[in-house]
Amino acid sequence: MSTHTSNAAASAASVAGTDPAAILKTDQCTIRFGGLVAVNELNMGVREGEIYGLIGPNGAGKTTIFNLLTGVYKPTSGEIHFQNQRIDGLRSYEIAGRGVSRTFQNIRLFPSMSVLENVMTACHIHAKQSLFDAVIRSPRFERDEAEHRAYCLELLEIFDLARYKDEGGTSLPYGNQRRLEIVRALATRPKLLLLDEPAAGMNPSEALDLMELIRKIRDRFGLTILLVEHNMKVVMGVCERIQVVDYGKSIALGLPVDIKNDPKVIEAYLGD
Amino acid sequence: MSRYLRNLIIALVVIAVLYGLNFVFAGRMISPYFTRILLLSGISITLAVSLNLINGFTGQFSIGHAGFMAVGAYSSAYFSVTYGARLAVALGDGTLGWFVALTLATLVGAAFAAFAGLLVGVPSLRLKGDYLAIVTLGFGQIIVVFLNTIEVVGGARGYSGIPIVKSFFWVFLVAILTIVGVYNIVNSAFGRALISIREDELAAEAMGINTTRYKVMAFVISSGMAGAGGVLLAHFDGYLNPKSFEFIKSFEILIMIILGGLGSIVGSVLGAILLTVLPEALRGFAEYRMVIYSVLLIILMITRPQGLLGKTGSFKGWRRNRTKSRTEAEEITAEDTRDNPSVEKATLGERQSDTSLGEEKPQ
Repeated sequence: MSTHTSNAAASAASVAGTDPAAILKTDQCTIRFGGLVAVNELNMGVREGEIYGLIGPNGAGKTTIFNLLTGVYKPTSGEIHFQNQRIDGLRSYEIAGRGVSRTFQNIRLFPSMSVLENVMTACHIHAKQSLFDAVIRSPRFERDEAEHRAYCLELLEIFDLARYKDEGGTSLPYGNQRRLEIVRALATRPKLLLLDEPAAGMNPSEALDLMELIRKIRDRFGLTILLVEHNMKVVMGVCERIQVVDYGKSIALGLPVDIKNDPKVIEAYLGD
Repeated sequence: MSRYLRNLIIALVVIAVLYGLNFVFAGRMISPYFTRILLLSGISITLAVSLNLINGFTGQFSIGHAGFMAVGAYSSAYFSVTYGARLAVALGDGTLGWFVALTLATLVGAAFAAFAGLLVGVPSLRLKGDYLAIVTLGFGQIIVVFLNTIEVVGGARGYSGIPIVKSFFWVFLVAILTIVGVYNIVNSAFGRALISIREDELAAEAMGINTTRYKVMAFVISSGMAGAGGVLLAHFDGYLNPKSFEFIKSFEILIMIILGGLGSIVGSVLGAILLTVLPEALRGFAEYRMVIYSVLLIILMITRPQGLLGKTGSFKGWRRNRTKSRTEAEEITAEDTRDNPSVEKATLGERQSDTSLGEEKPQ
């Protein structure tokens, strides 16, 4: 992996779009809301198996980028590729079906469902039961449900949430709700996991555990992880490469240690 | 496998019991008036439970249910008059003959209603909340107007001469099949997808659920079941009139499920029975009947806005009660704003409003 200095960052960012090792690429990706350019000719290249951080000051367009990657928004121009296939213009569920899963900045669990049901809902893509199986409760239905239940419990166990399986998803403490969202995202068996501020609202020790966990799930499930985070300790601690955006434009890309000392990044965060 | 076998045995026992009870009600032991109300309750149950699938579980506010019921009623009536009766006679005009004829009539009615549901659902389920309600209401009315013009089924005069089958067995077989069907659908991967659409459509999409497809499917199933309810009604009095399927009927079914609790199957059953029995039970009050009826509804809605059986204790019907995690105020607003995340989030308070997903707006 090459290190980029601040001067090279801008050109490195454009090179990222053509990175052949990248599992997720955006090429000159732009989205306009009326006269407002929320994301401006963004090039990204997330390599398979890495933990990639996306940071930037408030309003930089990070969540918008997530929404572009997951099909909530369609880019005004530019392309998005996942595993060398174009995914821009596809609908959210199609992108999820290809192996991109996400969590939300504002937790979006299903309120009336229990913890386990929340996770099982996400097994949907892999369900082998047909509607007919469900209506007549065929052996295939029972087998399929049992399989998903076991798999989801296993996932919950990894996150230490299995003991809350029958509780209401949204009645959990905030930190656990965030973790539950990650479990739910994992239940779709993704190849790429997008985490939108996973450490938001967590205290320092919880955030530390979370970092540990992010690495653990990456190794265990062979994931590629792209995360947006404000907690610099988490970002610097867990990410292998970091891209900084400001006003929808990429301003730096590199190793955490370089980003930390990049004058452009410091300026973006602290202002003039 | 043993579980499958067990379910099969239960099903057979239920059918046997229904069949036995059929003789009890066919005899003169029980007053025809009581039997009539009981059977009407059974029909109401079918309609209410099926409407709950789309309104309560999927969270799509549809109020054109009577229209699909009408499609089922008229198509099956036409079938029975032209083919069914002849078929029954050909098969010996006995129990078997009518069983076959009615099964076919029910399938025809359900299929036509489901098809009507597909035609209405595909364009209208792109809309949400109030808009969807208005569009489904409109479609329901269109169906009625359409029926008024078809001379072959009597037009505005009504359709008479339909074979009468006042059978406890049939009415409750269809009602139980609807209940079991909806229960099994709701408690499956399909049902979880439906409920996730009600709870948070955006998150559901992100979990790989094709929300449009599921909404349409739920709508089609719900319409088909309403059609089966219509079949029962068509063969109940042997007479159909388009007037009985106007929007007032749709509202009646809607009240049943709201009263019983949206998203609760048992609630729908209770609501259906209550709304069928109550107007009859209040006959003693003569001219004050409808006043008392309305007042009772108002009192119930004020004291239990979430319905008799809470709104979102829904997933396993009555078994689990998770309403404690939601305050009453949330429940009231959740009902009105189910399809409008922005309002719901605002009332949930602890979450920030995220009407615009990219809330990070560059200055």
